[in-house]
Amino acid sequence: MLELKDLRARLSLEGAPDRDILNGVTLTVPAGEVHAIMGPNGSGKSTLSYLLAGRPGYEATSGSAHFLGEDLLALEPEARAAKGVFLSFQYPVEIPGVPVMTFVRAAMNAQRTSRGEAEISAPDFLKKSRAIAERLRMDPDMLKRPLNVGFSGGEKKRLEIYQMLMLEPRLMILDETDSGLDIDALRIVSEGVNALRSPDRAMLVITHYQRLLDHIRPDRVHVLSAGRIIASGGPELALRLESEGYDALIAGAG
Amino acid sequence: MPDVKENIEAGTIEAVRGLEADRYSEGFVTDIEQELAPRGLTQETVRFISAKKEEPEWMLRWRLDAFERWQEMEEPDWALLSYPPIDYQDAHYYAAPKNASKYKSIDDVPKEILDTYAKLGIPLREQEVLLGVEGAKETAAAARETPRVAVDAVFDSVSVATTFKEELARAGVIFMSFSEAVREHPDLVRRYLGTVVPPTDNFFATLNSAVFSDGTFVYIPKGVRCPMELSTYFRMNARGSGQFERTLIIADEGSYVSYLEGCTAPMRDENQLHAAVVELVALEGAEIRYSTVQNWWPGDSEGKGGVYNFVTKRGDCRGARSRISWTQVETGSAITWKYPSCILRGDDSVGEFYSIAVTNGRQQADTGTKMIHLGRNTRSRIISKGISAGRSNNTYRGLVSVHPRASGARNFTQCDSLLIGSSSGAHTVPYIENRRADAQLEHEATTTRLSEDQLFYARQRGLGEEQAVALLVNGFVRDVIQKLPMEFAVEAQKLLEVSLEGSVG
Repeated sequence: MLELKDLRARLSLEGAPDRDILNGVTLTVPAGEVHAIMGPNGSGKSTLSYLLAGRPGYEATSGSAHFLGEDLLALEPEARAAKGVFLSFQYPVEIPGVPVMTFVRAAMNAQRTSRGEAEISAPDFLKKSRAIAERLRMDPDMLKRPLNVGFSGGEKKRLEIYQMLMLEPRLMILDETDSGLDIDALRIVSEGVNALRSPDRAMLVITHYQRLLDHIRPDRVHVLSAGRIIASGGPELALRLESEGYDALIAGAG
Repeated sequence: MPDVKENIEAGTIEAVRGLEADRYSEGFVTDIEQELAPRGLTQETVRFISAKKEEPEWMLRWRLDAFERWQEMEEPDWALLSYPPIDYQDAHYYAAPKNASKYKSIDDVPKEILDTYAKLGIPLREQEVLLGVEGAKETAAAARETPRVAVDAVFDSVSVATTFKEELARAGVIFMSFSEAVREHPDLVRRYLGTVVPPTDNFFATLNSAVFSDGTFVYIPKGVRCPMELSTYFRMNARGSGQFERTLIIADEGSYVSYLEGCTAPMRDENQLHAAVVELVALEGAEIRYSTVQNWWPGDSEGKGGVYNFVTKRGDCRGARSRISWTQVETGSAITWKYPSCILRGDDSVGEFYSIAVTNGRQQADTGTKMIHLGRNTRSRIISKGISAGRSNNTYRGLVSVHPRASGARNFTQCDSLLIGSSSGAHTVPYIENRRADAQLEHEATTTRLSEDQLFYARQRGLGEEQAVALLVNGFVRDVIQKLPMEFAVEAQKLLEVSLEGSVG
């Protein structure tokens, strides 16, 4: 479903020197699978998620990224979203004055329009929103407040997952969704994420820690270091990292 | 490394150029036979205008006095605006469709003019319920019966039609063009004209006092709640002309009126002058809500053409417990110089100013308000939202003044500026003069840039770039939009979207 081949990328931002951030990532995520990307700070985990979502400034210099057979890197971010790419942000931004539901409905309808589908009706939208808020144990009043404004870190993460469940993407990229969540919230959010697991969806779960993977069981685990995948394996690889740390593995990879 | 911002700028200019014709859909010209005053401004011009309007002698005197005064005045230069000197002799101070003064009813109004208003979404036949804004109908009509709005349509220097006059008259409400009011209600006009904005007030107001053309006169009698929204739709059409409207609204004791004002002009590559004066008088316990959606032609993206909008608007809360509320959405004009103000004379009176000012391309806006607290326990509230895109400049300039008798006065001011792109400017110039130790004055100001992070976040969710900007801007102005009558709120939101099209790369 998602195929990355020798993907190399550079970060060019105004006022900063260009920086190589991915040094040849090859990765295949088949439909129906959940892959975890682990690695120390600065290893390129968030970079990979931004590159796949199309954040301006993140440029692929060589290699390729295909999603459902289509060249992902050639699409604008909104076109990727319409194809079903969803990024749950590590640090969701505040959108003052735009209530959560207004934002999500606009996004949903923009995606539908771009796919040539009819817009969702207000009653259908409300019904769906209510059901999902309930599943994530969210106070419905939260959804009337401006998106992410004045919310705690944990509430913001929950709102990311609310949006994901509303938009029902095909490729879900979770960037450190566990940070800021307490144990109970982590369980509730993970249940929500797991509900979207299906044979026609794929998921990339980016995390530092094993604990999220206790709730969202990955099919494969990849370890990213200095912009390259240095090890891949089954769920047991995450457990090994938890006990031995990254250093041993990185040293081993030389 | 390629400069990302530079690319955006180049892209913006390209996009705006391509969009311009669609962007300003009101930019057409109506081809109709015109009657013009000779170019230039002399005593003779003033006499010409007064004669055209068949005015009584006192009105002509008033104009001539103002003209004499104006000749000794100098154009103010304190605003943060830059424009080449205006040649006041190089314009027509009166322009009207031929025979305009002879229209007895809507049936006499030439088809070209009716078509003009229909094209602008302002039907002038009463059965064509107003406002005919697309979208407003869908939402409003679905929810409840579409509200009715009475319209005074001003075309260049004359009012061409006023709707619902009879029905309003049954409620005792006087709603007519200013020219008619001078003839039909001279006592009321004489009693109030120039009592809020004296003919000597400032350069532009004095110019207006000498050459004002048409505008609207409203009188709401004691205890009457005006049965519908009143509105004036100003249209500048003639080449080389200016528009100098004069509006006077009097709300007698315990009455209420909500008044809306809309403005458009054709796309022309010359600068056209618009210098209006609006006076509001609220007597004891009366309330006036005045809303403006100003969409004069702003000029092209390089700053060629556009309307120079120098406007004096002031309300006098003359009676105790009276209330005046200004709400403005300013998206048009090359230059905006405008400070709708409240004189809080009556005890316990309330003044409000809610403003959204958008500048794009090369537009310049210097706008704000003055709240003059004279009476006891007077309260005022200022919410200003400035949005600057392209290479434009947007200034909030305000004064809150608390006088010695104004015990217990309170003001809350909030000025927020939003910058889009890297070549626009936002400025905030708040003045506070306080002569009371017990006054409570609060001032909050923020300046933010529409961030790449927010844009990317919205685009990641599937919103196109322009949609994302529109949504973010709507969020920024939400608390002001909510103050507008619903029909106008829908129009204002669309206008914001259109004004900011092409503001990002």
